[in-house]
Amino acid sequence: MFLGKLTLDAIPWHEPIIMGTGVAVALGGLAMVALLTHFRLRTYLWREWITSVDHKKVGVMYFILGLVMLLRGFADAIMMRAQQAMAVGANPGFLPPHHYDQIFTAHGVIMIFFVATPFILGLMNVVVPLQLGARDVAYPFVNSLGFWLSAFGAVLVMVSMWVGDFAATGWVAYPPLSEMGYSPTTGVDYYIWSLQISGLGTTLAGINFVVTILKMRAPGMDLMKMPVFCWTSLITNILIVAIFPVLTATLAMLSVDRIFDMHFFTNEGGGNAMMYINLIWVWGHPEVYVLVLPAFGVYSEVIATFSRKPLFGYSSMVYATSSIGLLSFLVWLHHFFTMGSGANVNAFFGITTSIISIPTGVKLFNWLFTMFRGRIQLHSCTLWTIGFMVTFAVGGMTGVLLAVPGADFMLHNSLFLVAHFHNVIIGGVVYGCLAGMTFWFPKVFGFTLNEFWGKLAFWFWLIGYWLAFTPLYVLGLMGMTRRMNHYEDLSWQPWLLVALVGAVFVGLGILAILVQLAVSIRDRAQNRDTTGDPWNARSLEWSTASPAPFYNFAHVPTITSLEQHWEDKETGRAWVPPAAYEDIHMPRNTGAGFIISAFAFVLGFAVIWNIWWLAALGLFGMIGTFIARSYDRDTDYWVPAAQVEQIEKARYALMQEARP
Amino acid sequence: MSAAHHDDGSKTTLGFWIYLMSDCLIFASLFATFAVLAGNVVGGPEGRELFDLSYVGWETLLLLVSSATFGFAMLAMEREDRRALRQWLVLTWLLGAGFIAMEVHEFAALIAEGAGPQRSAFLSAYFTLVGTHGLHVTAGLLWLAVMIHQLSVFGIDAMVRRRLACLSLFWHFLDLVWICVFTFVYLRGAV
Amino acid sequence: MPILSRPSARWCLLAPVPLLSLLSGCAPWALLDPKGHIATQERDLILLSTGLMLLVVIPVIGLTLWFAWRYRETNERAVYRPKWAHSMTIELVVWTIPCAIIIALGSIIWVSTHQLDPYKPLKSAQKPFEVEVVALNWKWLFIYPELGVASVNELTIPAGRPVHFRLTAERMMNSFFIPRLGGQIYAMTGMQTQLNLIADAPGNFDGRSAAFSGEGFSDMHFKTRALGQSDFTAWAAQAAKAPKPLDLAAYNALRRPSTATPPALYAHVEPGLFDRTINTFMIGRMSAQEAKRALCLPPATMGERN
Repeated sequence: MFLGKLTLDAIPWHEPIIMGTGVAVALGGLAMVALLTHFRLRTYLWREWITSVDHKKVGVMYFILGLVMLLRGFADAIMMRAQQAMAVGANPGFLPPHHYDQIFTAHGVIMIFFVATPFILGLMNVVVPLQLGARDVAYPFVNSLGFWLSAFGAVLVMVSMWVGDFAATGWVAYPPLSEMGYSPTTGVDYYIWSLQISGLGTTLAGINFVVTILKMRAPGMDLMKMPVFCWTSLITNILIVAIFPVLTATLAMLSVDRIFDMHFFTNEGGGNAMMYINLIWVWGHPEVYVLVLPAFGVYSEVIATFSRKPLFGYSSMVYATSSIGLLSFLVWLHHFFTMGSGANVNAFFGITTSIISIPTGVKLFNWLFTMFRGRIQLHSCTLWTIGFMVTFAVGGMTGVLLAVPGADFMLHNSLFLVAHFHNVIIGGVVYGCLAGMTFWFPKVFGFTLNEFWGKLAFWFWLIGYWLAFTPLYVLGLMGMTRRMNHYEDLSWQPWLLVALVGAVFVGLGILAILVQLAVSIRDRAQNRDTTGDPWNARSLEWSTASPAPFYNFAHVPTITSLEQHWEDKETGRAWVPPAAYEDIHMPRNTGAGFIISAFAFVLGFAVIWNIWWLAALGLFGMIGTFIARSYDRDTDYWVPAAQVEQIEKARYALMQEARP
Repeated sequence: MSAAHHDDGSKTTLGFWIYLMSDCLIFASLFATFAVLAGNVVGGPEGRELFDLSYVGWETLLLLVSSATFGFAMLAMEREDRRALRQWLVLTWLLGAGFIAMEVHEFAALIAEGAGPQRSAFLSAYFTLVGTHGLHVTAGLLWLAVMIHQLSVFGIDAMVRRRLACLSLFWHFLDLVWICVFTFVYLRGAV
Repeated sequence: MPILSRPSARWCLLAPVPLLSLLSGCAPWALLDPKGHIATQERDLILLSTGLMLLVVIPVIGLTLWFAWRYRETNERAVYRPKWAHSMTIELVVWTIPCAIIIALGSIIWVSTHQLDPYKPLKSAQKPFEVEVVALNWKWLFIYPELGVASVNELTIPAGRPVHFRLTAERMMNSFFIPRLGGQIYAMTGMQTQLNLIADAPGNFDGRSAAFSGEGFSDMHFKTRALGQSDFTAWAAQAAKAPKPLDLAAYNALRRPSTATPPALYAHVEPGLFDRTINTFMIGRMSAQEAKRALCLPPATMGERN
């Protein structure tokens, strides 16, 4: 059994959609390698990116991962919409159930784990150290390792498309359906291992950022002088550290059920599927706050900057964020009010869930009063924020409605529910990430993004969201449940056609973002940000150059105010070169993160296919690389003051040109 | 020392504490699942028929003593006594390895009796919970071996010191988890 | 409790006018066009909660758009207070308003959740009609113990009489849902859940599984026929004469996975079939003694909640 369960039959030769994509991806990959070789960029890529421990570069790589996976996740979405738009009555549509079920599972998994999570982690990577006045994160190597684990988790999901299949169970893979007896192919194993590997990466990132925020703030920055984005990141990372271990344990139990024939969640042998459902939601509900809290942070920064006013009610914002974090652990049962838990239990969890809307409502009001009596610049970042406030208010409302058990009995598992979580995830998380990308792009690359395409993207996304998901709310009220491959009721079809049109609009929105990136890169000379502060903004990251130098700050600032940079500008202390420069201590790049993650991928793939010798190789590779790395004492270096001075002088010269 | 200096030991310690807390939640999930499934023996053997308390008692003793020897190792490290540190670490390693050997033997005996993890939900939960602890101890042994070697390569430098401090936290943490395992799995199961 | 038993029209008054006019025009929307007492209460609960929340949501949306317009950069006439970022009064108000709404909603949740507890028997002069439901792969089996008959993928109940469902599943978790009659409940292997519904008048209503259960899930729907007294009696007589009995052999045939199974009737149901289905999987959750004890007890006492 040299190759375990793996045979040539694992490749879906007869599926034209999959094989076509496979050929395209293979050709694209080859072309990429050829181009890189031709332009002699392979070494550059390895030295400057793959092995980089610079938090800004890691952040960018997270964002690229998110964007690439967004394309895949969206391809799944549009196929689902197309299938449901046509598969009425006798028409079976173009996707048979087995394929369709994999698509909606992959869509959910990809969008949550490999789009939203990388976006959020990417933003935190880029922004948090800069806002804290730090030169790096607490553990730069762990940061690189965390990213590559996520990336190889994503690779595993993609591989499942061409070698074997993916889970056809829905994105939380409830047993007994996800047990070996009912899902005998390797699909669920791909699901488990891609999440285990990327989940480990996310946990590492969480630990890293909690320590970074608690330990690496610039002198004088006590917690209540910390920008709101850092606060939301802190709570998010505390949540990550608290919930991802539960996911790891839960998936591990499902995995040993499948591999070793154990009985945690099986029908037979005394297993209890309800335990899985409880555990997965103990992770799953806080997870949505993991995603949305940093987005709230982005909106807070954006709305204050572009209203030209400080954020209204900063401490309210902090308390609201913290209480959301705390409450998120007390609500998981609202995902299964219909499991027959009894009125007292259901009522308790319904009430705790609706209580979360109090701090969330307060946040909305605070953004509102930040705009009040401001001078609002309708930049694309502002548009995303206003679009969010309008959209999210509705999503929050439908969420609270679903928290009312009596209403949930009717709306649970329906398209109303699907519309609700897309309402908060697109309207909350995605808009926030895109606003954040536009907002901080110049800080990383030194030039601003094209506004025309940015605004166009916003309108496509806004209209797209409402067109795609309002019909789903209606269909939920019409009694249409989720995950249906085909249906009988003719009156549903018109609404599903509208939803398809909406999905096309969202697609145009994604396209507009890609065009925006391309156009902005082409016009980078015109859009150059020489000041380091293109938006006339308020927090510390805007006091250093754009792009921020690899050491972030030549001189670590001392903090006296919540809006340090704004205060410095008011008092004329901003952009004053220091009297003398100092040597700066920085971490060295390392390939260990990439190599360990590659071995983790080998381990995952081997276990999925029961190729035990290869699994052992992967495991020993991971451990061995880690141990070898622990013998390396040459992990950081000093940047001489002279070099810092040279970089900074060039920067001030540029600035002089811009604002004489 | 600048604010971004990477040799600041307090960051490592804080991070390691946070890691331990997250690891604790893995065990919490397994304990909760064990509590739910403990009665589901499917007509098969129950804890009281399977567990030999005196055997587990010896196992526990080994682990507890290893925690104490690790404590002595840390004291030796404070004194900069490299020789004693090395000896205490080796002793700790041997005790830990003894624990693992006993556990493996116990598992093998159970499986031979037909009480393997496939037998019932109770046994699945038992093997997974206790086995996860065992895997942690095994990882700790590997780490300990590496540290004994690094001690001879680098001496007691800042990094070795920091890593041993983390390892000792890890080791005591596993001790604590084992006490919970002993109480909730073995004692509760045996009475 | 009085809160929800009042006429539904009064609650709609709370919902803002646009919503109400929207509703009147959309009778075919199943959830807003209930045909049973439970569904009616749940519809009213949805409208009431939505109305209550719209009290905040509409002003927030309105203010967002208004502020964005009023305080736009180019509007030099608007007041600009570049340093203003704190007001105790406003903070107090913005914490109080959501709190007040949630206190109101929380009370509604507490009362309505108890009132609409799916396990709670409906108040009626008539004894509830019992139906045992088994979710099979991928079809629904309905056993009518009162009549000794069973049906697959078609549910027939008497109109105007409460129906008490006991539900379980043979393999996969499913959710039993008849939108026009009321909320759903999960059917799970080795467990029993319950649901109480009533059809106010005769009619045909769509029902389906709401929880994804694999390959044949999309076809796991059934017609619910609520029949008047005489029609129901006639149907029961006809069912009793169905050619096939539901003995163990027939049941085992049904257990085999199949998709889009056409509706069928069975006469003479093997007694205790439903409880046996539960207990097949229940034994696993028991200790050796419990299992022994269970085999001596009448099966009906097992599988209850808790």
